[in-house]
Amino acid sequence: MAPEDGWQRVNKLSMLVQLARLGFQAVIPAAFVLYGSASEAKNLATVVPILFLVGTLIVGVVGLSTWLNWYRLRYRIGDSDVKVEKGIISRQARSVPYDRIQDVSLEQKLVPRLLGLVQVKFETGAGGKDELALAYVSEAEGERLREVVRALVEGEQAAEPVAQEAEDTPAVAATPPARTLFAMGPKRLFTFGLFNFSLVIFAVLLGAAQQFEFLLPFDLWDYIGSFFSNEAVNDAGTYLSSLDMFARIAAILYAVGVVVVLGVGTGVVRTFIRDWEFLLERTAKGFRRRRGLLTKTDVVMPVHRVQALIVKTGWLRRRFGWHGLSFISLAQDSGSANHDVAPFAKMDEIAPIAAEAGFTLPDEAEEWRRASPKYYTDSAVINAVVIGLPAMAVIVFGNVWLGIALGLLALVLVLREFFLWNFDRHALDPAQVLSRRGWLAPRVQVANRVKLHSVEIAQGPLARLRGYCNLKFGMAGGTFSFDGLALDDAKKLRAAVLDSIAEVDFAKLPR
Amino acid sequence: MDAEPLTQLDPAYTTVMRLEGALTLLPILAGTIALYVSSVLPIWVPGLLFLLIAALLVIYLPMKRYRSRGYHISDDRLRVVKGVMFHADTVVPFSRVQHLDVEQNPLERMFGIARLILHTAGTHNSSVTLPGLAHADAVAMREEIRAHVKRESL
Repeated sequence: MAPEDGWQRVNKLSMLVQLARLGFQAVIPAAFVLYGSASEAKNLATVVPILFLVGTLIVGVVGLSTWLNWYRLRYRIGDSDVKVEKGIISRQARSVPYDRIQDVSLEQKLVPRLLGLVQVKFETGAGGKDELALAYVSEAEGERLREVVRALVEGEQAAEPVAQEAEDTPAVAATPPARTLFAMGPKRLFTFGLFNFSLVIFAVLLGAAQQFEFLLPFDLWDYIGSFFSNEAVNDAGTYLSSLDMFARIAAILYAVGVVVVLGVGTGVVRTFIRDWEFLLERTAKGFRRRRGLLTKTDVVMPVHRVQALIVKTGWLRRRFGWHGLSFISLAQDSGSANHDVAPFAKMDEIAPIAAEAGFTLPDEAEEWRRASPKYYTDSAVINAVVIGLPAMAVIVFGNVWLGIALGLLALVLVLREFFLWNFDRHALDPAQVLSRRGWLAPRVQVANRVKLHSVEIAQGPLARLRGYCNLKFGMAGGTFSFDGLALDDAKKLRAAVLDSIAEVDFAKLPR
Repeated sequence: MDAEPLTQLDPAYTTVMRLEGALTLLPILAGTIALYVSSVLPIWVPGLLFLLIAALLVIYLPMKRYRSRGYHISDDRLRVVKGVMFHADTVVPFSRVQHLDVEQNPLERMFGIARLILHTAGTHNSSVTLPGLAHADAVAMREEIRAHVKRESL
């Protein structure tokens, strides 16, 4: 890592990470192929040398290209921008000026973490793949890069941005210590996990079965079929049908119980993997969030970049007072536009965080308004017709139970519209636009009035006939819309919001 | 602010939309001829169908569209209204405009028509298009909005 006029290469160990990743991707299919061909045991003697040869060749090519990739990737923290050049034959040079860098985040996946490496991402608001990322540098170097770039972004030209090697970072000592806003210990995580019921494990198993089915030496579905038509199962079937009602119910309960236990277990494991050691801090520059068991992420969100906040909950966890807070901001959070800042917390823990971001959570004093009842009536009628008519048709054609089930579904959907009308509301206070949507699991969204960009009133044919509309706000990094408002109400809201938008120029928003 | 009368678009815009409609008729014409030659339907049916579609695309829809569209420009915001079936009424404050485009396709250029496009930083409505302006008007509006953006940022 010898600096030659400021240009540096990423850590040598990142080649190892790359190889490990490729190896892991290759090993599983290879094992399947090997297993598949080996089961035709006779030509094992001829298969193994060929496989060995092919394997060596692949390793050689991959190794060389990995090395070349590493050799041809270099970066420089310059006076006014970050430069990265990469590419073996076709070169790509990218330069990001400091005043466009929203933030620098660090991410550690499992393997890099074992090797003490981090991926450094320079967030510009471009989103996803267009963001500038450096994979991988040593932890100390990542930390140093972040401090240096952050200092440069802030315009406090650090004395020698490039020269010294990591370890001592004077910028850290200068800033006031971070304040912990929210943290989740194992106990909280476990409770959170219990509410994160997930059947994804079944999907994964099925998916894997489909993916690698062609490599198995036997047909999986035939195998399952034969398993069920197998006499043993047949016997079990007759045995089961000869059982009395109580035993049958017990068997069904047992099956349901297995699914529930598996689902809850998956939820707990997934939660632990994603949110291990969840820590949200308020640093001098903004919010800093760290979490992750296998993939450790470290994200900093400047306070003024928070466009809006969302308080979500679930139908069950709500009964126990648990809610989740996330921010909508320009920078993306591993693919999702919302940053979880307190995924599982009580309202009295959430309120201070919201206040820290410059928002006030709605209380009962808020002047809540409801959408037009006509909107919900129309939705209810449409639901009833779309599902009710087929239900009747099904009954006429003789399938009574299916018809009744469909009819019940229609009834539930109609009732839902009624409850939605009761629970959906919106409000406008001097600084914010607020909405609360949903019946069993309401979702509260709060946006800053001056941080909106446009206001649209949209109406379909039915909406025009009945005099309601959707009010949609243009918001950076997310969507915000009030559905089914009475037209007059929407126009009033729009005028009020527009006046506060027009007052403040976008370039003058606090940066 | 919703009371002000909307400014109508340039009348030549109707002609542009009629010509665009006529262009989309070409593949339909080919289909009509194919139907006529294969004579699966009574011979007068394809011709009549074609005339109906032509009347809709060339005469009726451009007229309806032209009438449904309009804009209003005040000293700090632009309001764009459009939509025959699905109505959209969008207001963009000049202070939120990131950059501006004036675009013309060949057909629009023949008739001196242009589209003014306002880009904002919002995810929804990241670009708001106002079609059917006389080119000179579009450029004048762009300059006006641009000047406003500049003034506010000083």
